[in-house]
Amino acid sequence: MTMLKALVGWSMLLVLPLLAWGGEPALRGAGDLGVIIERSAGRVLIVNTSDNRLISRVDGLGDLSHASVVFSRDAGYAYVFGRDGGLSKVDLLRGTLEKRIVQGGNSIGGAISQNGRLVAVANYEPGGLKVFAADTLESVADLPATYGDGQLSKVVGIADLPGNRFIYSLFDADQIWIADLSDPKSPKVEKFPNIGRSPYDGLVTPDGRYYLAGLFGEDGIALLDTWQPQSGVQRILAHYGRGEEKLPVYKMPHLRGWAVAGHHAYLPAIGRHEVLVADTVTWKETARIAVRGQPVFVVARPDGRQVWVNFAFPDNGFVQVIDTLTGQIVQTLEPGKAVLHLEFTPRGEAVWISARDDNKVLVYDTARFARLAELPAESPSGIFFTSRAHRIGF
Amino acid sequence: MRPRWRFFRFSLLITKPGHKGVFFLLSVRIGLVVLALGGFGFDRLALAEELFTLSPERNRELVRMVRQDCGSCHGLTLRGGLGPALLPETLRDKPPAGLKYTILLGRPGTAMPPWQPFLSEAEADWIVAQLLRGFPEESR
Repeated sequence: MTMLKALVGWSMLLVLPLLAWGGEPALRGAGDLGVIIERSAGRVLIVNTSDNRLISRVDGLGDLSHASVVFSRDAGYAYVFGRDGGLSKVDLLRGTLEKRIVQGGNSIGGAISQNGRLVAVANYEPGGLKVFAADTLESVADLPATYGDGQLSKVVGIADLPGNRFIYSLFDADQIWIADLSDPKSPKVEKFPNIGRSPYDGLVTPDGRYYLAGLFGEDGIALLDTWQPQSGVQRILAHYGRGEEKLPVYKMPHLRGWAVAGHHAYLPAIGRHEVLVADTVTWKETARIAVRGQPVFVVARPDGRQVWVNFAFPDNGFVQVIDTLTGQIVQTLEPGKAVLHLEFTPRGEAVWISARDDNKVLVYDTARFARLAELPAESPSGIFFTSRAHRIGF
Repeated sequence: MRPRWRFFRFSLLITKPGHKGVFFLLSVRIGLVVLALGGFGFDRLALAEELFTLSPERNRELVRMVRQDCGSCHGLTLRGGLGPALLPETLRDKPPAGLKYTILLGRPGTAMPPWQPFLSEAEADWIVAQLLRGFPEESR
């Protein structure tokens, strides 16, 4: 017995310095990693989607009540955009906060350039775009969203475009801007005015060609063909409300390129219990699908066969699944209280769903809708997997 | 008085008789009665706060609702987002009754929705009073 104790004691002596030193992480890839935002704790969880496991927690990211994430192209770093204007660079393999700057007063999201060298942040306050070097977070460019008599507009709906450009919308100014940072020292901005009232978010199609800005102030979506910008912004799905008054909106929907499945885009109708379907060649409405509540995220599984939808308060306990072949709802789930976000694994065999008020993240099999795992998290909101690193518009 | 009356008319117009709409209409009517009886006196707010005590459970729900659901536009810290900041210093010069009816009826033409389907008048008063003195954090 004493022998055993001594052995354990001595081996601890050998192990302890190793633990204290920490050392380099074991060699591994980052393609199956992701981060989950713990919105009220100012913390992110680093997770592994191959074995549905929490790897580590990274603290000190500030106010993450509205947060979004983009990834470096080696998928090893997450850039986290916080509500308080914080931009944090998180090392996913080491599980550390590598650098954090507070670059604005109030921000909404960001994007990473095609070549992975620039990170752009869309700010509410001061309204505009700020661009930083992805490696050092040194400032590269500052592009205030000035309109009218010198007012600054809140910037929403930012996405990357091919050619190291960023496209975004001006909520207060009803404009779409394209900032060209192919020469970061002299950025050029192209402006498209009068796109429709109060754009609230935007998306770029997975091929990087079309930019869609959802309009809060009126029925319809502003569409810009970035291959032919000279033809200007056109309106699609106009009057989808058919003049009916919309329901009160308790949560703004979110748009990203995930809305595209095959040659259709699935878009949330503002103030309506509907998902709108548009053909991505003609951009005509082809269907509208009645759903449980007002959609917030309408996300296609990577293969495009299913589209998953979550809803605004007070229907935020539900998630519905649309079969894109039939246009029918094939499943209604109740994953937990206050479902805020969902994210598919890189090839879509599973989906991770955050239930804020149940303090957990649920993993579902997307073929059988069986619950595969449940991870504790404090007020979880956004879930972001590193497969975004290689998608245009993410 | 006038502009607020306009708010009511507008809210009645936009209300659809859905499951929420019924409560909405009902509470708008209750609101009208309260208005007719009590008017808009600011001192009513203080009075309402004195008379009205929330159950601990409802208190928690409301704190959570303001922090999380209002927070999705106004920020979890209420320092503003798509919607304006809701801090004591930004609200101080605004009449409490106006704040209360903004909560209950929303602001037509903006992204602010009416919260009347989920809140009583007294609860809206309570929220305004808490906002003006610095809104409580969620207890864990």
